[in-house]
Amino acid sequence: MLTAGIDIGSITAKAALVQDGKIIGTKVIFTGYNAEAAGIKVYEETLAEAGLDKSAVAKIVSTGYGRNSVKFADRAFTEILAHAAGAHFVNNKVRTIIDIGGQDSKAISLDETGKVKNFVMNDKCAAGTGRFLEVMARALEVNLDEFGAMSLKSEQPAKISSLCTVFAESEVISLIARGEQRPEIIAGIHESIAARVSSMLARVGIVEPVMITGGVARNEGIVHALEKKLGVKIEVSPYAQANGAIGAAVLAATL
Amino acid sequence: MNQSDPGTMKTLGVYLFGQAKKLSLKFKKAPTMKDLMMVYYSEAKSAKITGRKVAWITSGGPVEPLIAMDVIPIYPENHGAMIGASKMGAGLCEKAETMGYSNDLCSYARSDIACATVNGGPIGGLPRPDMLVCCNNICGTVLKWYETQARYFNVPLFILDTPFCHTGYFDEAARYVRSQIDEYIEFIEGVCGKKYDFERLRQVGLLSFEGQKLWQAVLDTAAARPAPMSAFDAFYHLALIVTLRGTKTAVRYYQNLLAQMKDRVARGIGVVPDEKYRLLWDNIPIWPRVRWLSQKFASHNACLVADTYTSAWCGSMKYIDENRFIDSMAEAYTRIYLNIGVDEMAKTVIEMIDKYDVDGLVLHSNRSCKPYSFGQLDIERIVGEQRGIPCLMLEADMVDDRSFSESQIATRIDAFMEIIKERAKSRN
Repeated sequence: MLTAGIDIGSITAKAALVQDGKIIGTKVIFTGYNAEAAGIKVYEETLAEAGLDKSAVAKIVSTGYGRNSVKFADRAFTEILAHAAGAHFVNNKVRTIIDIGGQDSKAISLDETGKVKNFVMNDKCAAGTGRFLEVMARALEVNLDEFGAMSLKSEQPAKISSLCTVFAESEVISLIARGEQRPEIIAGIHESIAARVSSMLARVGIVEPVMITGGVARNEGIVHALEKKLGVKIEVSPYAQANGAIGAAVLAATL
Repeated sequence: MNQSDPGTMKTLGVYLFGQAKKLSLKFKKAPTMKDLMMVYYSEAKSAKITGRKVAWITSGGPVEPLIAMDVIPIYPENHGAMIGASKMGAGLCEKAETMGYSNDLCSYARSDIACATVNGGPIGGLPRPDMLVCCNNICGTVLKWYETQARYFNVPLFILDTPFCHTGYFDEAARYVRSQIDEYIEFIEGVCGKKYDFERLRQVGLLSFEGQKLWQAVLDTAAARPAPMSAFDAFYHLALIVTLRGTKTAVRYYQNLLAQMKDRVARGIGVVPDEKYRLLWDNIPIWPRVRWLSQKFASHNACLVADTYTSAWCGSMKYIDENRFIDSMAEAYTRIYLNIGVDEMAKTVIEMIDKYDVDGLVLHSNRSCKPYSFGQLDIERIVGEQRGIPCLMLEADMVDDRSFSESQIATRIDAFMEIIKERAKSRN
């Protein structure tokens, strides 16, 4: 059975096609201002790349903040359930998930069967999210894709104490003014995110194996900072950004 | 209404009093909450004309000594809830912030302080107080809030200081609070200019106890499956046990409500159609969003069958000796839910989880109310350890709707309900 998952996030829209336990295709585009149009576009493009027609798709599940704007979906699930299903699909041993997306970060604990036991999401604050990193990248005039590699060169990460994105940005600017090196500042930013995410993880309880999903998982500096902070090995989902969409497609097969 | 215009004040007062009289005549039986609140506020607003005294009092303050002296008690917190429910909170909070009050300050305090200066809000402001009664058993904010209002209205303020009960209630605390009750009585005598009527207080005490028993009995009916009422209904019916505790009006109202609820239980009528999941609510309601939340949970066939908030007005009944009301009330008012340690609070929550047989706990982390929200992470953990049910933390505010993020909260509720449904599925 061929199923589709569509994950409309605050920054990007993702689609995935799954057939009989295999991932057929995934795609990531920017959501833009029209979530509904983004859902249609990413779905159609994914199908086109896979050389498939809509009629071949048995069920569709939507997820993410824009889940209810995907009118053609058979059902909507929250991204908590979708990320859990996606991570379980990729590695059925995973017991803890860290998902850092554009506007929220979350910690999810799974039981042995892959069911969600508990979850904690960040509060009304962008610190510790992808958007926070975007703001910092702009302030530092560094391409976000280079963040991870640059931070790994750091020897003594700078201290970012602010919990607020706006205040942290001014803190970063004053660090630049003081002549602090970029790798140290970036490593400091990663540590501040890791500290924030760790407290959420502590609330759900960390059980290994731990997997990180979401767009921010592509940043190796964050993964490194989290591993250092938590003292555990973190597996990066090979489908970091598309993990929620894959999970949605997996859930669609159960409808 | 402009206070400097006594003519307008008098006309409005007479009008409101007339309305109240008419309404009270109409109420041969079973007036609605709306009717009773209308009469209550009308009487309070016409107090200057009828010669009665008005006291503003904190929600956890001992009101019986006021009722016994025919003083009309007014609750800025109840008014704050009305402001929140009418979605007028953000505007009044902004006004208070313009006056220099921090947005970290309690939104009941902010909206009350702002409202007093503009006579805004859903009922055009509260009637001017003749005295203020502040009991710090609910929080420390009330001290500064009431001092501000005492200066603004230039009226006497009585502060009843109830020591925090971390683990229990000790003799020193008991003597300390009890001696203040005597000072409180003298304070009321002073403002009213007449001798205290202790016989009347005895009767009011009996009615207060009776009212609290009835309110607890009403809340208890939600232990039935399906629950005949939800916490959202309790938020509404709560108003009288707060404002008119110790009156026959409250007793009659809850007798009637109890009969209705018992009837619903007998006939198997649930307030949430097709109730499948039962939840417990912690903290003050998110007043501007009560309806939205109620519909959101109902869409998942979930009923919030009980809460720690409305039961706070009967939770310390066990300390009251109705025949020694004045002595025992010192203890009862000191040992309320917000004035006890987190372990004690968690114990109360666990008891409620068992009593109402709930599938999950929803905690409102209330930006305004620090004493209520402070221990919630610990309570969440203790509940997880001892009962293993899912807990959901919602970050919002009781009045200030600027602190409510609909799509974030919707996602959290949906995800929480997905977990509860999955658990129910694997149980069956």
